[in-house]
Amino acid sequence: MTTTLVFVEHNDGTCRRAALECLGAAASLGGDVVAVLCGPGSADAAARAGAHGAAKAVVLAGGDAFSPDAVAKDIAAVAQDLGATAFLAAATSRGKDLAPRVAAHLDSVLFSDCTALSNEGGALHATRPWLAGKAIAHCTSDGPVFCATTRVNSFPVNETGGAAEVSERPASTDGKVKVTGLAAKESGKLDVAEAPVVVSGGRGLKDPETFAILDELAAAFGNAAVGASRAVVDAGWRPHSEQVGQTGKVVSPNLYIAVGISGAIQHVAGMKTSGTIVAINKDADAPIFKLADYGIVGDALEVVPALTEAIKAVKAQG
Amino acid sequence: MKIVACIKRVPTTDAQAKITPDGKGLDAAGFQYMTSFYDEIAVEQAIRTKEALGGDVTVLTVGPTEASKEVRECIAKGADGGVILTDATWTGRDARATAKVLAAQLAAMGAEVAFFGKVATDRDNGAVGPMTATYLGWACVTDVVELELGADGGTAKRETESGVETVAFSLPAVLTCDKGLNEPRYAGLKGIMAAKKKPLEEVAFEDVPNQAQVARLELPAARAEGRIVGQGADAVPALIDALRNEAKVL
Ligand SMILES: Cc1cc2nc3c(=O)[nH]c(=O)nc-3n(C[C@H](O)[C@H](O)[C@H](O)COP(=O)(O)OP(=O)(O)OC[C@H]3O[C@@H](n4cnc5c(N)ncnc54)[C@H](O)[C@@H]3O)c2cc1C
Ligand SMILES: Nc1ncnc2c1ncn2[C@@H]1O[C@H](COP(=O)(O)O)[C@@H](O)[C@H]1O
Repeated sequence: MTTTLVFVEHNDGTCRRAALECLGAAASLGGDVVAVLCGPGSADAAARAGAHGAAKAVVLAGGDAFSPDAVAKDIAAVAQDLGATAFLAAATSRGKDLAPRVAAHLDSVLFSDCTALSNEGGALHATRPWLAGKAIAHCTSDGPVFCATTRVNSFPVNETGGAAEVSERPASTDGKVKVTGLAAKESGKLDVAEAPVVVSGGRGLKDPETFAILDELAAAFGNAAVGASRAVVDAGWRPHSEQVGQTGKVVSPNLYIAVGISGAIQHVAGMKTSGTIVAINKDADAPIFKLADYGIVGDALEVVPALTEAIKAVKAQG
Repeated sequence: MKIVACIKRVPTTDAQAKITPDGKGLDAAGFQYMTSFYDEIAVEQAIRTKEALGGDVTVLTVGPTEASKEVRECIAKGADGGVILTDATWTGRDARATAKVLAAQLAAMGAEVAFFGKVATDRDNGAVGPMTATYLGWACVTDVVELELGADGGTAKRETESGVETVAFSLPAVLTCDKGLNEPRYAGLKGIMAAKKKPLEEVAFEDVPNQAQVARLELPAARAEGRIVGQGADAVPALIDALRNEAKVL
């Protein structure tokens, strides 16, 4: 029987969508799902975790500033007490930071950024990219606990409507690392790795000022983030946090719109698992068209404003 | 300060994947190799740390003997020496095994700060740095984009989905480096000449067996063929129609 411990990340009680997806991923392993949470608002988030498939929730109570090494040690102790056979976290900044530490405490290997998980007759399998997705590995582990992080936008959110039995456990306070501040992003600004729609631009947008037509397109969607190719990040048009690709972020939104991007192998590695891909490029032979589901050959500076108006009209209709 | 930069030799980012006949490995024929992208940032930060605080920099890798080429290239930028932990049967190790081997070596060297890349661009684990720190009982900050380091500890900034976090840490520490932390320098001719005379040790080590087993490796399914819906701004209605009625994403 599998027991899967899931780190459920939340902001003051609001679960990250990626955390709910991770609970959905846990369901594909079968057996019991237990959530572990920390920080202010954990009781509310635990209730949400219950409604998304967790039978139990353990809240790490107290602890002053967030301390990833202390939290990881506590999570590993919860896993050990439960006799957990698996540990999962979403592959967010926080999850990617915590999960390797938890895995090391459990002396278990970690499968990072998994796109699928399965239980094949009791053997747990992880499906994950190698070489930025140029190959897909199906792996098993001989280790004591099957540890994995789940790629954002790759697993369903399952609303089960259940209730979790919540217990508390005192958090450790002896961390060697402490988060002392957060310069929050502009509110409402979605991260490119989490947004369901990404509109990305490259050198074809001409200059940093004209690039701003993509901000307008993203705003028209409402649920979109702006991404960028490395060429425009290196040129200083856009911040590195927006770069998509092998040395930027790997994204998998429902809809990816590549504007004035040629489709270099390192860029493609970061977006080719997106649901639907649209390319807008003035060169009909640009490699990005080989990948795109739908393409428009044309000047971005003409096509994008027209597209923005059309999306506004669609959204206005509801 | 005893400073170490951990680097991995990986296939170049333009490498094409081919699967071996047993379906479990990558065919390395035709691969060219490089120091993993983020590890160059780690090496640069190690050298800058020496320049600011004094001490010496060792470039450390677990890998095949051939990795001496990449280690020498890193030394040429201003490190003081290199160590390759190698064995005759090198076939790659999983993140846990690599971390255990590195942890033992860092402890033996008396390292005080070890710079890692945030992720190696072959297996994309993003795990070896924090796992190594955990085995050592050291502090660790991942994905560092800004760093202030003193003799006993420091503060680092890391980019998250919610904004930029400030993190305080004590030494000894593992710091994993993200793009933006620095611009790696090029090795000058003088550095390249000097690197030839600097010590590069090959050290045998106690093996740690892998836990991860590859059941099967495959190439990603090709995407269904797409189509050009039209030219210029006039094609926008056709695109909207396709997104609404075919792809159903609007
Ligand atoms: C180690 C390494 C790592 C890398 N990592 C990344 C990464 O993470 N992400 C990444 O993106 N790249 C990465 N690269 C860089 C990559 O190889 C390409 O150089 C880069 O992606 C090109 O960016 P681009 O498409 O914006 O520019 P270009 O290749 O110059 O393409 C511009 C495109 O715009 C089109 N265009 C021009 N004018 C217009 C117009 N008016 N309207 C419409 N279209 C127009 C052109 O036809 C062309 O296709 C990496 C490279 C290396 C070596
Ligand atoms: N074989 C290795 N030898 C030395 N350092 C390594 C090795 N593998 C990984 N690392 C370090 O750990 C970082 C993260 O690797 P990974 O967890 O495999 O993505 C790399 O950027 C290196 O700094």
